[in-house]
Amino acid sequence: MKIVILGCGRVGATLANMMDRAGHQVSVIDYSSEAFQRLDPDFKGETILGNGVDEDILIRAGIKEADAFAAVTNGDNRNIMASQIAKEIFHVKKVVCRIYDPIRERTYHELGLETFCPTTIGAQMLAEVLLSEPTAAKAARQDEKQ
Amino acid sequence: MYIIIGGGGDIGYYLTKTLLNQGHEVLLLEKDAARYQALSEELGEAVVRGDACEARVMEDAGAKRADVVIAVTGEDDDNLVICQMAKRRFNVNRTIARLNNPKHEKIFQKLGIDITVSPTKAILSLIEAEIPTTRFVPLMKLRRAGLDFVELRIPAESPTIGKTLREINLPRNSNLALIVRNNQPIIPNAETVIQEDDEIFALVSPEGEDAIRKAFGALG
Repeated sequence: MKIVILGCGRVGATLANMMDRAGHQVSVIDYSSEAFQRLDPDFKGETILGNGVDEDILIRAGIKEADAFAAVTNGDNRNIMASQIAKEIFHVKKVVCRIYDPIRERTYHELGLETFCPTTIGAQMLAEVLLSEPTAAKAARQDEKQ
Repeated sequence: MYIIIGGGGDIGYYLTKTLLNQGHEVLLLEKDAARYQALSEELGEAVVRGDACEARVMEDAGAKRADVVIAVTGEDDDNLVICQMAKRRFNVNRTIARLNNPKHEKIFQKLGIDITVSPTKAILSLIEAEIPTTRFVPLMKLRRAGLDFVELRIPAESPTIGKTLREINLPRNSNLALIVRNNQPIIPNAETVIQEDDEIFALVSPEGEDAIRKAFGALG
């Protein structure tokens, strides 16, 4: 699969490395060249320096032939605009957009964008952990029962 | 009208001042603390600190009753989201966005932004109007009269040079309002003789534009 990833932060770089190792053709865009240091030394994909809401940069990253696009910069609005360009102008089949702000995430989800919100997901996981019994206490109670 | 403006840069600031002077109710949203301070000293309650992309900020700003939301930050992605959120969450009827990159016009229109304004494009069209090869410039539309106010410059090869206006066949519903020759205004009459490089200002119906262009041999 040909995948374009916008944003080479921790998430973007990890995703790019994973996809590259799985044998996919990966292009990563970031406006800082230092960000590309997060990629594996043997990363085989392409790195493109530039602004991800600029159509020319997306074209250089191969968006026209891409099967999938993921927007994971640290700017919600940048991700939203780039994802809409990928979807509406370049008709990429699979587009995923990270949005930190839960309200904005819900709005764009309603508008038909495939979105995910690390804020909501992270908070839910933390809540589950906090509300579950500590493992040690659980083990102790199990012992009592026996 | 109630107008909410996102982005308190120079454009947002002057826009707010002008619209307030015109008697509109205006609220300017600026997210940067230092810039907000500077703005509020002059604009007082007309400016509020907050990010116009945030639904809660817009809710507090009364976005539901806003007639227009205008996004004029220096970032196109912010301007897009401000307008889309205003439309989608608050049913704002009219959204206007500033385009920093003129190439974004297409995607903004596709995504439902009502009006886009690109300073880059505006300046480009002004430059084009000044370039001598562009000899036919629509200046203004008089919508109710159904007429266009146009400017054209007489090129060296024009068949009308040396002729009086009486001798030139002008389309119906057209009127030459003014000739500017060597920076001097001339109110034309039937005996006025056309010269090379005359700048002609005319009122013409949209259907007559081609005819007047041909009559004077104006290009472009």
